[in-house]
Amino acid sequence: MSGGGGAGHGAGRGPGRGASATRIALIYPELLGTYGDGGNAIVLERRLRWRGLPVERVDVPAGSPVPEGCDIYLLGGGEDAPQVLAADGIRQNRAISRAVRGGAAVLAVCAGYQVIGQSFPSGGEIHEGLGLVGIETRRSFAGPDTPPPGRAVGDIVVEPDRRLGLPTLYGYENHAGRTRRLPGCEGFPLGTVRRGIGDGSGGGTGPGNGSGGPGGPEGTGTAGAAGTGTDGIVDGRVLGTYLHGPVLAQNPALADLLLTWVHGDLPPLSGPPETVALREARHRALAAG
Amino acid sequence: MTTSFPRRFTARTQAALALERLAAEASRRLGRGSGEMIGGKLALRVSPGALAEVGSRRPSACVSGTNGKTTTTRLLARALGTLGPVKSNSGGANMAPGVFAALSKPPYDTPAALEVDEIWLPKVTREIGPRVVLLLNISRDQLDRSNETRRIAAMWRELGAELPDTTVVANVDDPLVAWAAAGWSRQVWVSAGQNWTADAMVCPQCARLLHRNANGWWSECGLARPEPIVSVIGPRELLWYGRTIPARLDLPGRVNLGNAAMAAAAAREFGVEVEAALTAMTGLGDVQGRYQEVVLGEQGRRGRLLLAKNPAGWVEMMELLADAPPRPVIIDFNSQTADGRDPSWIWDVPLERLAGRQVLVTGERKEDMSVRLAYAEVPHSVHRSAEDAALAANEKLVDVVANYTAFRDLLVRCTR
Repeated sequence: MSGGGGAGHGAGRGPGRGASATRIALIYPELLGTYGDGGNAIVLERRLRWRGLPVERVDVPAGSPVPEGCDIYLLGGGEDAPQVLAADGIRQNRAISRAVRGGAAVLAVCAGYQVIGQSFPSGGEIHEGLGLVGIETRRSFAGPDTPPPGRAVGDIVVEPDRRLGLPTLYGYENHAGRTRRLPGCEGFPLGTVRRGIGDGSGGGTGPGNGSGGPGGPEGTGTAGAAGTGTDGIVDGRVLGTYLHGPVLAQNPALADLLLTWVHGDLPPLSGPPETVALREARHRALAAG
Repeated sequence: MTTSFPRRFTARTQAALALERLAAEASRRLGRGSGEMIGGKLALRVSPGALAEVGSRRPSACVSGTNGKTTTTRLLARALGTLGPVKSNSGGANMAPGVFAALSKPPYDTPAALEVDEIWLPKVTREIGPRVVLLLNISRDQLDRSNETRRIAAMWRELGAELPDTTVVANVDDPLVAWAAAGWSRQVWVSAGQNWTADAMVCPQCARLLHRNANGWWSECGLARPEPIVSVIGPRELLWYGRTIPARLDLPGRVNLGNAAMAAAAAREFGVEVEAALTAMTGLGDVQGRYQEVVLGEQGRRGRLLLAKNPAGWVEMMELLADAPPRPVIIDFNSQTADGRDPSWIWDVPLERLAGRQVLVTGERKEDMSVRLAYAEVPHSVHRSAEDAALAANEKLVDVVANYTAFRDLLVRCTR
C-alpha cells in the first residue's frame, strides 16, 4: 500500500495517541551525519513544538540498539566505512522494520537512502541493506566496459510526485552511487529531477520495470538536461532521497508531510518566514541553471 | 641576472628563479595579489626540481591540518625568529608554488616555517625533507569536495615511511592525526585539544567505533591516545616535559594555546627554549586579519574579525566568543568554491549557543544561515552587507564571524 498522500490516516498511529509525544529518532548521528542531516531532527522537533504539540527527540548513538516505539526514524549521509557500520548495527535488531510495519515513518537521506534498500556498494564490495524498500544502489548500472560515472555533486532540484501534494524540492547532493527500483518495488519515485543527478539511473526501474511506475510527474515544464531522471522513493511511510541541505530545512512542506503521516492532521503553522526567503533565494539561484 | 643565485643550483633552476622574480614583480605591479602563486607556478614548471634545490639545504618545519595552519605557522616563525632570520609563506599560499615562492630568495640556508595544504604535504615534504612536520587536526571541510578525512590520514601515515629523518609533532587528541603519526620514525606527542569529534568517531585503523572518556580515546584494535609530553592544561598553562609553565598569548582562545604548544614543541627541535619561544609568540595579536579589529563602514563602527570556515572552526570561535563580553555578532556567510559550495554544515554548528546576543546575518547565503538560526530559535536580523549590519548593531564594537571568501572580501574592504 502507498500512504504517500498522508490523507486517510486519521489520527496517526493508533487510537489514543493524541496526548503522547511524537518520538523522533535520529539514528547513529556520528556515523550518518556528514551533511548536517541532524538538522532534519531539529526541524521536525521545532515544527511540532511550535504547534504546541508534545515531541520527544531520541538520539540513538552508534553502537546502541535502535529502539522500537518511535514515530519517525531519521537516517542521514555518511562516508563508506561508517555507512557499512551503521547498516550492520541497524540490522542487528530489526527494530525499524517492525516499527515501519506498525506505522512509523522513515526519512533516509543519501547514504541512509542507500542503506534502506536491498543492497549498496562500499569499498569495492556489495553490502546488504535493510530491505525496507525495493531499491538497489551500485556505482554504475552500465556494463563493465563503461567507466563508472563521477560523483554526483551539486545543487539538486526535484519536482515531487503529484500524489504528495508538495511544492518543488531544493537540496544538495553528494554521492557516488546510482540507485534504481527493483522489480516488484511497491513505491514510486519521490519526484523528477529538474537539476542535478538524483538516482542517476535514467528515471526507469531495474530489469523488468517495477510495478509502482512513475505516477504523477509528466515533466511539466521540465524540459532540460536533467528532466527525465528521478530521485528517491516513497513506499508507504518510508521516504528515501539523495537531497540533503538538510532537506527538511529547505522544504518545510516535506517535514509537515512526514509529521502528518504519523500524527494525522496538524494545526496550521505559518513559516517560519525565513524559510520563505530561503526558498525564494534558491529559486532565483537555481531556476536559471 | 641569474648570476645572483648560487652556482650549485642547476641552470634550469637558476632560470626558474629569475622567471619567478620577474613574474612576481609583474603581478605585483598589475595589482594582482602578492604574485607568489603565479611566479611559483611558472618557476616549478620550468624547473620541477627547483623546490628541492631551494628548500632541502635548510632546516625547515611544515605545518599541516584542517584548522590552525596559518596561525601555527606564524607562531612557529616567531619562535624560530629568536635564532635569526626565518623564511615563511606568511601570506597563506600553502601549495607547492607558494612554498617555493617563500624559499626562492637568498639566503638558502636559513630556517623555514612553512604552512602546507593537507593534500600537498607529501609532495612538498618529499622535495624539501623538513626537520619537523606538525600535524594539527583533520576534520570535515568543504563538503562538496568529497569529504574523506580518513584518506588524508592514510596519506600522511604512508608519508612517514618516506621521511625517516623527520620528527613529527602531532596532536594526540585527534585520533586521525595520532594514527597518521604513529607510522613515523620519531614523534613528539602534544595534547593540543580537540573540541570537534564528529569526524573521528570511527577508528581509522579497524573501522570500529572509538571509545572515549575524560582521559582520551581508544579502539578495540589497540590503537589509543598516545601519552603526550606537552599538554595544554589550563587557559594559560602548559605541561611541558614534566613541568608546569605559564603561557600567555595575545591571541585569544584555548585553541590558539594549543597551536602555540604545537609550535613551541616544534621550535624545541630547532634548539629554541620554550620560554624564549612563548615570549616571542606573545607579540602576535592577529594573523592575516584574524582577531584584528577593523573599522566597519561608517559612524565609527568597529568589528573584531573571526574566521570560521567549517564546523570545527565554528566551535572554536564559539568558545572564543564566550570568553569575551557578549557583543553583537555579525555572521557573514558565503558558499563560493573556496568556501565549499555546500552550506549544509551550518546545521552541525551549535548556533543555539548564540542565544541572548544580538545576531545579524549577511553574505551570499544569508538566507540559509537565517533559517538555521530560526530553527535554533535565535532572533536575528538580515542585512545586505556586514557594514549595513554594523550600523544596525546595538553597540559600536561587534564580533564578525565570516567564512573564507566572506572574510577575505571583508578584510580587503576594511583595510584598503
